[in-house]
Amino acid sequence: MADLKKTPLYDIYEKYGGRIIDFSGWALPVQFTSIKEEHAACREAAALWDVSDMGEILVEGADALSLLQFLMVNDISKGYPGRVIYSPMCYPNGGVVDDMMIVCMQGGKYLLVVNAGNIERDYEWILTASKYFKDVTVKNLSADVAEVALQGPNSERVLQRICNYPLNELKYYHAAEHVDVAGIDTLITRTGYTGEDGFEIYCKAKDGIALFEAILEADEGDGLVPAGLGCRDTLRFEASMPLYGQELDENHGPLVAGLGRFVAFGKGTYFVGSTALMEQREKGLPAKLVGLEMLEKSVPRTGYKVLDESGEKEIGYITTGSYAPTLDKYLAMAYVPVEASAVGTKVKVLIRNKPYAAEVVKMPFYKRGKK
Amino acid sequence: MTYPANLKYTETHEYAKIEGNKAYFGITHYAQDQLGDIVFVELPEVGREIKAGEIFATVESVKAVSDCYAPLSGKVVEVNENINDSPDLLNKDPHGEGWICAVEISDPSEVNKLMDVAAYEKHAAEGGGHH
Repeated sequence: MADLKKTPLYDIYEKYGGRIIDFSGWALPVQFTSIKEEHAACREAAALWDVSDMGEILVEGADALSLLQFLMVNDISKGYPGRVIYSPMCYPNGGVVDDMMIVCMQGGKYLLVVNAGNIERDYEWILTASKYFKDVTVKNLSADVAEVALQGPNSERVLQRICNYPLNELKYYHAAEHVDVAGIDTLITRTGYTGEDGFEIYCKAKDGIALFEAILEADEGDGLVPAGLGCRDTLRFEASMPLYGQELDENHGPLVAGLGRFVAFGKGTYFVGSTALMEQREKGLPAKLVGLEMLEKSVPRTGYKVLDESGEKEIGYITTGSYAPTLDKYLAMAYVPVEASAVGTKVKVLIRNKPYAAEVVKMPFYKRGKK
Repeated sequence: MTYPANLKYTETHEYAKIEGNKAYFGITHYAQDQLGDIVFVELPEVGREIKAGEIFATVESVKAVSDCYAPLSGKVVEVNENINDSPDLLNKDPHGEGWICAVEISDPSEVNKLMDVAAYEKHAAEGGGHH
């Protein structure tokens, strides 16, 4: 583990019983007690993650918006200070460089929250593009920022005990800057990657441990637990949220991944990837991301082949597959041809060289009930 | 965790509980702890002839897939159907209710090649080798 990258919170994992693994070069806890227990805590109560492995890139200057309109497929001009926008960032071929959250801040600044594995590549890509614009600077703040995710129905109650900002006024996909949380200067967004209500909270790297522990200590019988990577993945999977490198990559763009609602063709400016994506839209998609439910019990996993109903012809592959703890089902997301993508289509999944029956089902697999 | 003295163990963290000419196979406490929440077990077919060291079952946790290697050679005479509905029995009671299958032992001399509880406890405490 010595040569792995460590977040500013690494030193406290042991104290809470974290089991550390190598997660694409990062030393992160896969679980503290059990993936299933932490998963259930997030759905029913609250869970807290160190997600400081995520990257933060600040874009600022008079041309910052123009640069982002050029790079992002979503319409960033709809942003205003305090608004958060999700967007894939595409290559000219319509494949994805990365997908990210863009926090629109005071003073025309934009904080891009990007995937851990793509930080360097994103930064280079954005920096290169910025040279075609006059007044814009791009800074990689990733090493200086700690981020925690507090997710689950009890999140607001817990966090409100240690901050003065009226959290009930902070709407979904909105942000509040310079919020004092237990004496720490933070940025709070009401966002998440679990399918539950919750917050993502950013602070200086040096304050990360204090922030994490202050939130845990604010629990007063609310069932808050520290949580690891294991359930971070099963939760986002049940909510059918894409993960870069699995559902999205250089060859699988927002349209095939079912993220068409984030592609703003009508935003009035050219953006990288728009030509290829427009062509896909007009000529028909080469594949489509679907949900699969196993009809014969077994666990579908990333990379497994999807066959047609006869079990003879390979038609696609699984991007993410898992036992779904909340739903108690064996589910997968998979790329298949459009003609095999209708709900109810029967397919087979090849597991250890044996075909198991599965069926195309609706996504998201899990959707939280309205309050 | 203490390991039962009446079991014989493999380096790859399976056990055999020997009763007459029959042996019950399962995975050890160490193995289930490493795997985490177990969500599926692919059981062998009754009647299958297995050689020692062959894969007799596949255990899947939320995060990992792990093959189980037969401690002894024999014919599968029984599988634990309870773990189809409750695979977490392997987590809760790996050496008891969480057994995987039973075989009719074909070569009793193989028993001598397995570890006794003292040797296995040492092996598990040292980090368990390559599992």
